[in-house]
Amino acid sequence: MPTADYPVSRLTLDNGLRVVLAPDRTAGVIGVSVHYDVGFRSEPQGRTGFAHLFEHLMFQGSESLPKLEHFRLVQSSGGIFNGSTHTDYTDYFEVLPAAALERGLFLEADRMRAPTITAENLANQVDVVSEEIRLNVLSRPYGGFPWIHLPPVLFDSFANAHDGYGAFEDLQAATVADCADFFERYYTPANAVLTVAGDIDPDEAADLIHRHFDDVPGRPAPERPSFAEPWPDGVREADREDPLAPVPALAVGWRLPDPVAQLREYLATVLLGSVLSEGESSRLQSRVVARGEVATEMWAGPGLVGGPLDARDPDVFVLGAIHPPHVPWEDVVGAADAQIAELAARGPTDDEMIRAAARFVVGLYRENDSIGARTRSLGSMELLHGRAELLNEIPALVADLTTDEIAAAAASLDPGRRAVLRINPAGAR
Amino acid sequence: MAGRPKTPAAATEPGAPARAARAPRRRTAAQIGRTPLGARPVPALTAAVGAKNPRTVDTVLDNGLRVIAVRKAGTPLIEARLRIPFSATRVPAQVHSARAEMLAATLMLGTGTRDRQQVDADLAVVGGHLDASVDAQRLMVAGSVLSTGLPTLLAVLADSLTDPAFRSDEIRVERARLHEHLMISLSQPSAVARKHLQERRFGDHAAAWDTPLAEDVDAVTPAVVRSLFRRQAVPDGAVLVLVGDLSPARAVSQVAEALGDWRSDRAAVRMTPPPPVEPAPLAAFDNPGAVQSQVRLSAPAVGREHEGYPAQQLANLVYGGYFSSRLVENIREDKGFTYSASSSVSFWPGRAAVTVGFDTTTESTAAAVWEAQYELGRMALTPPSDAEVESARNYALGTLAASLATQAGYASMISQLAGSGLDGAWLDDYRAGVAAVTAAEVHELARTIFAPSAFMGVVVGDLTTVAAPLSAVLPVELP
Repeated sequence: MPTADYPVSRLTLDNGLRVVLAPDRTAGVIGVSVHYDVGFRSEPQGRTGFAHLFEHLMFQGSESLPKLEHFRLVQSSGGIFNGSTHTDYTDYFEVLPAAALERGLFLEADRMRAPTITAENLANQVDVVSEEIRLNVLSRPYGGFPWIHLPPVLFDSFANAHDGYGAFEDLQAATVADCADFFERYYTPANAVLTVAGDIDPDEAADLIHRHFDDVPGRPAPERPSFAEPWPDGVREADREDPLAPVPALAVGWRLPDPVAQLREYLATVLLGSVLSEGESSRLQSRVVARGEVATEMWAGPGLVGGPLDARDPDVFVLGAIHPPHVPWEDVVGAADAQIAELAARGPTDDEMIRAAARFVVGLYRENDSIGARTRSLGSMELLHGRAELLNEIPALVADLTTDEIAAAAASLDPGRRAVLRINPAGAR
Repeated sequence: MAGRPKTPAAATEPGAPARAARAPRRRTAAQIGRTPLGARPVPALTAAVGAKNPRTVDTVLDNGLRVIAVRKAGTPLIEARLRIPFSATRVPAQVHSARAEMLAATLMLGTGTRDRQQVDADLAVVGGHLDASVDAQRLMVAGSVLSTGLPTLLAVLADSLTDPAFRSDEIRVERARLHEHLMISLSQPSAVARKHLQERRFGDHAAAWDTPLAEDVDAVTPAVVRSLFRRQAVPDGAVLVLVGDLSPARAVSQVAEALGDWRSDRAAVRMTPPPPVEPAPLAAFDNPGAVQSQVRLSAPAVGREHEGYPAQQLANLVYGGYFSSRLVENIREDKGFTYSASSSVSFWPGRAAVTVGFDTTTESTAAAVWEAQYELGRMALTPPSDAEVESARNYALGTLAASLATQAGYASMISQLAGSGLDGAWLDDYRAGVAAVTAAEVHELARTIFAPSAFMGVVVGDLTTVAAPLSAVLPVELP
């Protein structure tokens, strides 16, 4: 199989900021990202949605840039920007013409050093985030399915179970002092990874990084708590009425091996997901969906937010389905269980292994052909795994997996230890 | 973490009495926002790198198929886009739309010699995939493959175009699935608003039928799909774009060999020009109990081939085409009425239109519409500042470069341009045009394109709350 190879080098500044450099001189554009090691799993009780709300506030100005200037400066330099809040991290990025490299670094350094947090900006962004929730969750059929509604069925601890978008009353209750404490605790350079990829000279880029980031005040990185909790010892079930959904849906969640400590076992579940549900020749599509009787849509794979390899332990394997109202949910789950049991007993065929590996690797290449996506992938792998190089190593790791390992992954999807979430179309009744 | 931080935290504000010994462990928001050095200057841009188009072969095969092959190495993949003009002819657009959607849903599901699973399995071994989709203008087969797998991808594509099975049992299953998909997608508020907008803009012209109704799909039989395929899925007028780690000349000969048997006496059916978008009062549609309203406004615009197009692109950015626009800064950043607002230009044969869209809370719907109107009026009456035009210019050029930097982005752009009879040379002209356009030229365009009097629009929301305040500020047509 032809391969892509993204050269990676790294340095660490005195204030603890870890830096990943990934030159690609053919690109003509550059990517700059900063990953902070805090996601919605870390937000305190009574402040659901805070990590995401804080992400919005980081765009509201910093010492050198009044409100709105961040957006204006990126865009007037010919670039795009965004931020996103995940289970275990929050990232910020820009994709810019190569001529704007120093500007991109300046922007990220300025808000890492001295963001402007005011009551006015906080109130305005509580409104914007509330609109985002109305748009993406409340106004939309299957809004938040399953990433918001499955975790509370599978998990017990507040950290793992709560809604990362947050409750309106919690968002309203957030104060400027909360924001300052959150910034001081989590947004230290020692708790972040800066990634610069694309059309750069690594030595010049390193000089510019020192120039802009060296005087960001260093504070110790917070100790990361363990979010571990026991696997469920039975089947947990929940129902949710969705007034907008035209037909029923369901999601089944299982616990996964630790994505960092047990990477090989975790990657086996990625291939398992592909063998089960990717493409017309996969088990669930060819044997369940194509027959048109049980489900109209099925998908399976690791990761609740942002796909596989996007979170630390505990992570979730999700089986999802949309099915006709006259089919009982037990039949839908039963049809999937039968396919999983067969894979657990006999494993996939060699052809299925080749197809699943090729699909996954091509998906990875295709996504990371974009400098913006590549910058963010390298940054999240450095943050979560301590190895940006993993992006280059995954194809070989995946190709090395055996059919026995996929069978073992299928066997770990135990019908006796899982969470089942049913979405009932309240409006259609 | 390696080493202790060396830079001391700036715990005291300038001028504040020193109290180093008792400094609080955590700073306040005000302390965080200031450093002893104060605001720093924004670094200048360094010299820009000029864009150059990659090596391309653009040719028409004997069967009428245009092939554009572009070498863009870097990632070991090849992107493919086959675009076939596929507009309604002989039957009403509503009926055609349902038939075309069923055709797209089943085209890649088997041939005379490959069953549904085999098509997918053959592609998957070489890391390939091909998906068919359709809209009011074109049928598209799009996908990608490892660079070594191009012959396999072309073989599967050729088989699907010359000998598609459209098996009755597959059609039956997919019809039920498509019905359900359409029910789900048409229950999305944005899809409902789109449907109303298209009907109001284009009436019963084919352009209105991007998406069929679920009930119209139920009537589509295998015979109808096969007949539609025979008549309209033809090479003459179609364009295949291949971009990636390939040799353009060799890729073209591989296509000629693989697709040589795809033939027809007919030519692909291009959409006739839709009627122009006419100004009209805002049409309101009820969505009882909705927590948000969808607002869509539209007016006629100029097409890509028009000399004013670069100026229009910049005017559109200044109004609502990106985050630093007047509309977004007003209704999102200043007032918090919406999570996102946008303005964009769309194209049909012989027509173009600008569309402004945002979703807003039920309570602030009328206020948000009023602000959007106000910003339109300002575009029409006041020239944009040089800084606004400069920013839009850099954004237009920079984001174009970023999207053309990926194989998928380049393939999609070339395919879209080819669908309008344009090619890579247009990109050069467009870049030069955007680089040269002046603020006065942008305003000249904005005066007509963004005049509030040129607009029509739809709003979908809870009319018990929304109708009265809306009617107070604008003429509104209630249901």
